[in-house]
Amino acid sequence: MFNIKQLNAIDNILKKNLISSGIDHVIFMDMGGNAIAKLDNGTAKFDSTAFAALAAGNFAAVDAMAKLVGESEFSLLFHKGEKSSIHFNKVNDDMLLISMFNKDISLGLVRLKVAATIKELNEIL
Amino acid sequence: MALINVKTKEIQIKIVYYGPGRGGKTTNLEYINHNYRDRIKTEMVSLKTHDDRTLFFDFLPFDVGKIKGFEVTIQLYTVPGQAKYNATRRLVLRGVDGIVFVADVQKEQRKKNIESLNQLYENLKTYDLNIFKIPLVMQYNKIDLKELDIPILSSKIMQKDLNSQLRVPAFEASALTGGNVIPTLKKVITMTLASIQDQFF
Ligand SMILES: Nc1nc2c(ncn2[C@@H]2O[C@H](COP(=O)(O)OP(=O)(O)O)[C@@H](O)[C@H]2O)c(=O)[nH]1
Ligand SMILES: [Mg+2]
Repeated sequence: MFNIKQLNAIDNILKKNLISSGIDHVIFMDMGGNAIAKLDNGTAKFDSTAFAALAAGNFAAVDAMAKLVGESEFSLLFHKGEKSSIHFNKVNDDMLLISMFNKDISLGLVRLKVAATIKELNEIL
Repeated sequence: MALINVKTKEIQIKIVYYGPGRGGKTTNLEYINHNYRDRIKTEMVSLKTHDDRTLFFDFLPFDVGKIKGFEVTIQLYTVPGQAKYNATRRLVLRGVDGIVFVADVQKEQRKKNIESLNQLYENLKTYDLNIFKIPLVMQYNKIDLKELDIPILSSKIMQKDLNSQLRVPAFEASALTGGNVIPTLKKVITMTLASIQDQFF
């Protein structure tokens, strides 16, 4: 369970690194499918509760596939859409970071920003 | 384990409907979804095959209002029942707070019920959870088939097969017509909330 200081710090890290870089939505969640922090830039809303449940299932399934082919993990996933794309990255064994972004921002930049975010998150978790 | 967010004042609780394939888990959630629309903020999510079998899970978030200033959401999940899907069943159990075991009262399903319960015990162990300690409710479903003269197991036999050691609350039910679906849900929610209060408050 996170205390209020950690939750505030999580929000700040996500905002500073991701939302301010142009990423539309960010969800920081546990592997059980619960969102711990959700941030967005105010654009289109979507059902983040169902999204988090599906994202956890998706990540868990890919993780299990990794084990079957002898990988210890696939620590990141990327789904590309026509207008928006989704980037999933493991933060630690229990936590997942999901970033949704549109065509105006490159995958390279997202990966860079996500990597920095994860490093900062792990310092406070 | 329940997620308690002290900043947003939210508690998220995970309840999983577990049991043999075609026992009526998805039908339970569909009934809840149709009859409690006012408490459900979103669409039910069902990951299923073309022939309507649960492939990964069904998901239905359900509001129960405020407890000690926290907004409580119950997330209902079902597991896929088919034997070959045990890996995905185990994934769905991650972080579970309470369980409804949906057994099928048809005579020919007797062995499948027992096997499924044994597998639940094993799957919970992989998460260091003890089936004797986690909030659990038994549901003996499809009791309506008696009217159609289909051979069914009596509740006495169901209790002996599945509940003689666990001794948890049990309901006869008919998920198809809604019989005892809501009492089952209310019971598991009550037990799960009590166990969470014991753990955290
Ligand atoms: N007669 C009867 N049929 C039921 C009942 N509950 C579910 N069914 C039927 O059993 C089949 C399997 O149900 P489903 O909910 O998909 O089972 P699941 O595999 O446990 O999710 C479906 O055809 C349902 O309509 C019930 O209470 N009575
Ligand atoms: Mg099903």
